[in-house]
Amino acid sequence: MTASHTRPDAEARPSGARARAALRRVARRQWLPNQPLVRHLILFVVGAGLFYVLTVSVGAYNDYQIGEIAVYAIVLGGLSVLTGLNGQFSLGHGAFMIIGAYTLALLQLHADVGLVGELVIAAVIAAAAGAVVGVPAARLSPPYLAGVTLMLALGLPQLSAQYGSVFGGEQGLTTTPPAAPGTLSPERWLAWIQLFCALVVLVLLANLVRSRFGRAFRAVRDDDVAAAVSGIHVARTKVLAFTVSAGCAGLGGALLVLSTGVVNVGEFPLSLSIALLAAMVFGGAGSLVGVWWGAVALVYMPTWSTSLSQHLSLGTSAAAYLSDAFFGVVLIIAMLVSPAGVQGGVRRIGQLLWRTVAGPALESAPNGLAARDGTPSGVAGGGVATDRMNQETKERSRS
Amino acid sequence: MRLRRHRRASHRPVMAAGAAFAMAIAASVLVVGNSADNAVAASTTGVTSRQITLGATVPLTGPAAPGYSEIAPAMNAVFKWVNAHGGIYGRKIKYIYLDDKYDPTTTATLTRKLVLTDHIFADVGSLGTPTNLAVLKYLNTEKVPHLFIESGCNCWSTPKFPETTGWEPPYTVTGKILGYYIKEHFRGKKIGELYQDTEFGQDVMKGINMEVPASAVVSKQSYDVTTLSGAMTTQMSALKAAGAQVVVMATIPVGTALAMLPAASIGFTPQYVVDNVGADPPTVGPLLSSFTTAATHTKKAAASTAALMNGMITNLYQPPESTSSNQWIRVEKKILQRYTRKLWAQHGLDGNTEYGIALALTFVQALKAAGKDLTRASLMKAIDTKAKTFKTPGFSPLNYTDTVHYGYEGDEVVRFTSSVGTYKTPTGTWPGTKVLSPVYVTTTGSGPVKVYQGKEPAVPGTLKATA
Repeated sequence: MTASHTRPDAEARPSGARARAALRRVARRQWLPNQPLVRHLILFVVGAGLFYVLTVSVGAYNDYQIGEIAVYAIVLGGLSVLTGLNGQFSLGHGAFMIIGAYTLALLQLHADVGLVGELVIAAVIAAAAGAVVGVPAARLSPPYLAGVTLMLALGLPQLSAQYGSVFGGEQGLTTTPPAAPGTLSPERWLAWIQLFCALVVLVLLANLVRSRFGRAFRAVRDDDVAAAVSGIHVARTKVLAFTVSAGCAGLGGALLVLSTGVVNVGEFPLSLSIALLAAMVFGGAGSLVGVWWGAVALVYMPTWSTSLSQHLSLGTSAAAYLSDAFFGVVLIIAMLVSPAGVQGGVRRIGQLLWRTVAGPALESAPNGLAARDGTPSGVAGGGVATDRMNQETKERSRS
Repeated sequence: MRLRRHRRASHRPVMAAGAAFAMAIAASVLVVGNSADNAVAASTTGVTSRQITLGATVPLTGPAAPGYSEIAPAMNAVFKWVNAHGGIYGRKIKYIYLDDKYDPTTTATLTRKLVLTDHIFADVGSLGTPTNLAVLKYLNTEKVPHLFIESGCNCWSTPKFPETTGWEPPYTVTGKILGYYIKEHFRGKKIGELYQDTEFGQDVMKGINMEVPASAVVSKQSYDVTTLSGAMTTQMSALKAAGAQVVVMATIPVGTALAMLPAASIGFTPQYVVDNVGADPPTVGPLLSSFTTAATHTKKAAASTAALMNGMITNLYQPPESTSSNQWIRVEKKILQRYTRKLWAQHGLDGNTEYGIALALTFVQALKAAGKDLTRASLMKAIDTKAKTFKTPGFSPLNYTDTVHYGYEGDEVVRFTSSVGTYKTPTGTWPGTKVLSPVYVTTTGSGPVKVYQGKEPAVPGTLKATA
């Protein structure tokens, strides 16, 4: 990447060398500033712009669905950080969505804190619940943790029936979506709110992932003994990941019931928690871009599977489980073809295309592409990056 | 290598690809969208001079589909019959029913689709309590009539939601009538209760316990529908141990089957009194058979378990499908045979198809009563003021007023018994139906259970002539 890597004949043609250098920068995504916050904010603006164009060019129903996609992107983002980056499994994320959803509904009924207040409080209370669950969870290995969270997803809905006077029993509580300004359709306005929240949450998660905490998440995932030896407080890190993840689910639940106008436990069946996990893996565990693929699949899979079963004119008994089977098959194929989910596949195809198109130029830099994976913020298994060493030395000396 | 892959995944600049988000969504919008340009009537949404567009969300696939998936196609058979005879005031009925898999979030989404892109005039015959609760507020805000919900929840009649109406008798009403019958005819017997622990089971039991003296009840058992999979041996053993002679059940068809099977195997044979939701022989019978076949791998056992239904007591608010002499049943069979061949060949007239036909016939009457200048307001007014004159298969009149949005509030108690003959459907041979009581009517409140003095309405001449 410095001149020493380029062949002598390139030196002779400076314009060509400059072009190749530019290509390499694009390949390395160096067209974006390196500072995470600035980088993510730029992408926030780009994403917001694209979504604006998309929402104003479709009808109210599609706006509603785009809003739902944004909501699931938030929930999947939290789950992706938990599972993909921290290696913890949750089969009960629907339960945290329930907490967020009921918090919003109860606030709308009994308090006047405004929409922003409602959403923030919903996320905070769900996060607090996540912290409570996270404490014992930090002592459990993944299969047992999955069991605990599964019980949460099964047990929590019973509370609403038990305390019917507070939670409205099976009928639940109604929610009021925010009034749209001017002549804007309520669906579009709500979709904008949900998309805005999704982009904000993803920027925050992206920054978290690239911070000291994100590195600790990955270290714990890869080898908790090694992480502990390096001075990372494993339990604390796990609880933090769980808290963040539950907060995202709570915010998602609150935003979802703004769409539906009502909150009851029927909206959050156990199958939702399982589908969330499947969608997260489908999009690409640990990838915050991949969550959008998973969210799209969650929203459209029911429609697709119904039209598929009608197309094949299956009987109801066979069609009954087509949706689940379809999700399963898609998941298996995705895992076989691309273990890093759809986003991993997209990335690989992009790299292949890039090599084909820009191949000749990049041949001159043998480590041009490989270098992208070696950025210093990385923490994986045995390889401990220097900045982390320094940081952990500091932490150890503190404790 | 594995670590590398992980690392790569976690490392990508996370928000990169605003473009990827947008592409993903744009692609899905292209797949599903594009029906937004349907013509909208100038005056009333979903009504043109030639067509009325109706919508519904029902489970066509998923765990709730068996049985329930027959209802909407049966309703459509009635609409096809109407269309074949010139429609209502020249307007033909287009009925769009979408598969929500009994999942409330999907119901919420699909109902928006019906309202926003299909521009339906009314939502008619959507199925389920949790599913309809998810769209109750939305449809009322949008002023879309939300009619004849396929659920007996006590929640459909509230002044807060004037666009919403139920149709079948509320669960508390059917419970009160069963309870009244038990009180009158099983005096001194020990009563055991088994109910599904949801609004449905609780409401039925609320009605039963309003009539049956608490001292007679020896045991109350329940089951959780979300985890319902195996035989209810625990509950049935408890009822047997408590010495229950009459077991009254508020169960869905699967629940009925999963309760009666273990009872038979532990030699427990009480008098079953089952709320009509879970008592239709052509629906419960095949479930009993398939569960037994699965457990024992023998067909012979299957045949004898279907006989378990023999002797069961239940309540009906419209004529039993086994009485082929009934004029309504004859007309219903004709419509089914003529306009849904497939359904007729697979199921014939069973509790589900009969339900759909009767519900659609009610709606057709309401459309006629609303008159030529059809609007959403004129339809609601017709239902609120003229429903008592509608001629439907129900034994008791429809009780809609501007404050009460329940439909039927009465039924009769019957016993399934082969002593009065048998009844054949494509899925098997079932015991006939013996009427045990007059038609009773009551309300969801503390009002008494009374004998209904009126007569079952006759089939309208036009229906008889054209079906």
